[in-house]
Amino acid sequence: MSHDNPYEALGGDGDARWAFGTGFTDPLAGVDTTAPAGVDGGDLAAYCLMLGDDALVMSHRLQEWCTRAPELEEEVALANIALDLLGQARLLLARAGQADGGGRSEDDLAFLRDAPDFRNVRLVEAANGDFARSMARLLVFAVWRLALLDRLAGSRDPVLAAVAAKGVKEVAYHRDYAAGWVVRLGDGTAYSRERMKEGLAAVWPLVAELFVPHEVELRLARAGVAVDPSQLRAEFDAVLDQVLDAARLTRPDAARPGEADAAQEGPADAAPAGAGGRDGRHGTELDEVLSVMQSVARALPGATW
Amino acid sequence: MSAADETSRLEEHFDRTIAREQRIEPRDWMPDGYRRTLVRQISQHAHSEIIGMQPEGEWITRAPSLRRKAILLAKVQDEAGHGLYLYSAAETLGADRDELTAMLIDGRQKYSSIFNYPTLSFADVGVIGWLVDGAAICNQVPLCRSSYGPYARAMIRICKEESFHQRQGYELLMTMMRGTPEQRAMVQDAVDRWWWPSLMMFGPPDHDSPNTARSMAWKVKRHTNDELRQRFVDMTVPQAEALGVRLPDPDLRWNAERGHYDFGEVDWAEFRRVIGGDGPCNARRIAVRRAAHDDGAWVREAAAAHAARQADRAGRGAAA
Repeated sequence: MSHDNPYEALGGDGDARWAFGTGFTDPLAGVDTTAPAGVDGGDLAAYCLMLGDDALVMSHRLQEWCTRAPELEEEVALANIALDLLGQARLLLARAGQADGGGRSEDDLAFLRDAPDFRNVRLVEAANGDFARSMARLLVFAVWRLALLDRLAGSRDPVLAAVAAKGVKEVAYHRDYAAGWVVRLGDGTAYSRERMKEGLAAVWPLVAELFVPHEVELRLARAGVAVDPSQLRAEFDAVLDQVLDAARLTRPDAARPGEADAAQEGPADAAPAGAGGRDGRHGTELDEVLSVMQSVARALPGATW
Repeated sequence: MSAADETSRLEEHFDRTIAREQRIEPRDWMPDGYRRTLVRQISQHAHSEIIGMQPEGEWITRAPSLRRKAILLAKVQDEAGHGLYLYSAAETLGADRDELTAMLIDGRQKYSSIFNYPTLSFADVGVIGWLVDGAAICNQVPLCRSSYGPYARAMIRICKEESFHQRQGYELLMTMMRGTPEQRAMVQDAVDRWWWPSLMMFGPPDHDSPNTARSMAWKVKRHTNDELRQRFVDMTVPQAEALGVRLPDPDLRWNAERGHYDFGEVDWAEFRRVIGGDGPCNARRIAVRRAAHDDGAWVREAAAAHAARQADRAGRGAAA
């Protein structure tokens, strides 16, 4: 850039979209977007919405930390993670809009759907709580999503495979970041340890839903396109236990002495069938997210941004 | 050689280095006043980056398209990075980041007053990029040649990123001006509110600027406030015309004799009021920063406790 006239680049062609990071309108440009043979477009779109909404809503909750993080390094890191997930959401929503033939854009899907049309798991819509609860939620989310994307990288759908391959690298960092804080807080002061235990306990009731397959996921998994989330639990438990060990913590559902019988009757955190976010059943917390996220877009119909 | 002789020899060397346009580095001898001036200037700049995250940060969750959301989130993240960078530059002069943060939140140190104005619509995001970042660049580009090495090097990187931000802001405004009548009205309203505060960013007029002369002699500062303000106005007027917005100054007109735009008098009473703490958002900006700092104290303490325990374990391991 010029050291004398920083403005000179602004002049001239008013139509040029030269601004860094703004020069693209089609996030799927260059990727083969043909749906694999024998795969229902509606199913593919529904699945892309599930994974896309997970990323979009999780990103929103992380954005809420902006200017409120405990340290400047955390401002940078949390914004970075929110940006990664926003990028994943954009690709997946664009794919959803394209796969169902309805021609809806990423913005139509993000800003013009109501809560019952969102397909995210309820884990991501829950309020942040304090930093410990936010790190517990991010750890759970990232460990689960990493296991999912790792398998999805082999999808028969070229777009999902590409999104997953890119996402694996990003989410591995998200997991390491959250794990670092869970260990620091669990093995920090007596107070931070209490906060970390409470944060994990608050998040835990939302964990079981992550592994309950939706019929769309099962159909697409049989077709080699999607991942059956019930296959992810063993890896999730193993990774989580490793982090919690280092933090000198235990899973909230781990059987405590004298409670072995109760534990054998099945996990207390099991979600009732058919009541999950994948079916559009959400808590009021998603309404809160959407009332903020969609406010400007809905206030100015027909506007271009 | 007496201590006084030694000091005068060091001072001569310092003056020669400055005169030859060479850089002063952290371990070089420097006059106390030079060090104090730089710590004050760099830390105020760092505080401005961090407080400056707030007016735009408020719109990240509400951005009306996912592309705009990504751009804004990346921009605010850059500002946090600039703050970190600048606090590090201040630390090369012996300042301590925790102490500087304490001085910010208890009001002993200042930040750019521009951030004490509120952001009332999404058009403000674009206008801040265009005018506020534009004015900041005018102020900061000469600092890339500051005599203090770490500050100059930080400013080179920061100016490059600020330039992206300014282009992104201008591009948002271009897009909005091609949109609906409501959007065009939003842009004009935002320009009306931000124009005069942007001119205030260059500081008081030269005849009323106590620190300018010495800072220029030390080459910490390269141009006077009024020179930079004029440069900003001259560069901005054609941009406003290209955009199709009106700058809210009836006295603004080209002066062929001077080769510059004439413009009206800044409301210096308002400038002093806002600097003095009585702007629309002073209390809120500090309250948010203080809350983040206070609410995060237990997290930072936990990290320190964990690190100490790790070091202790490592030490025991090494001793065994």
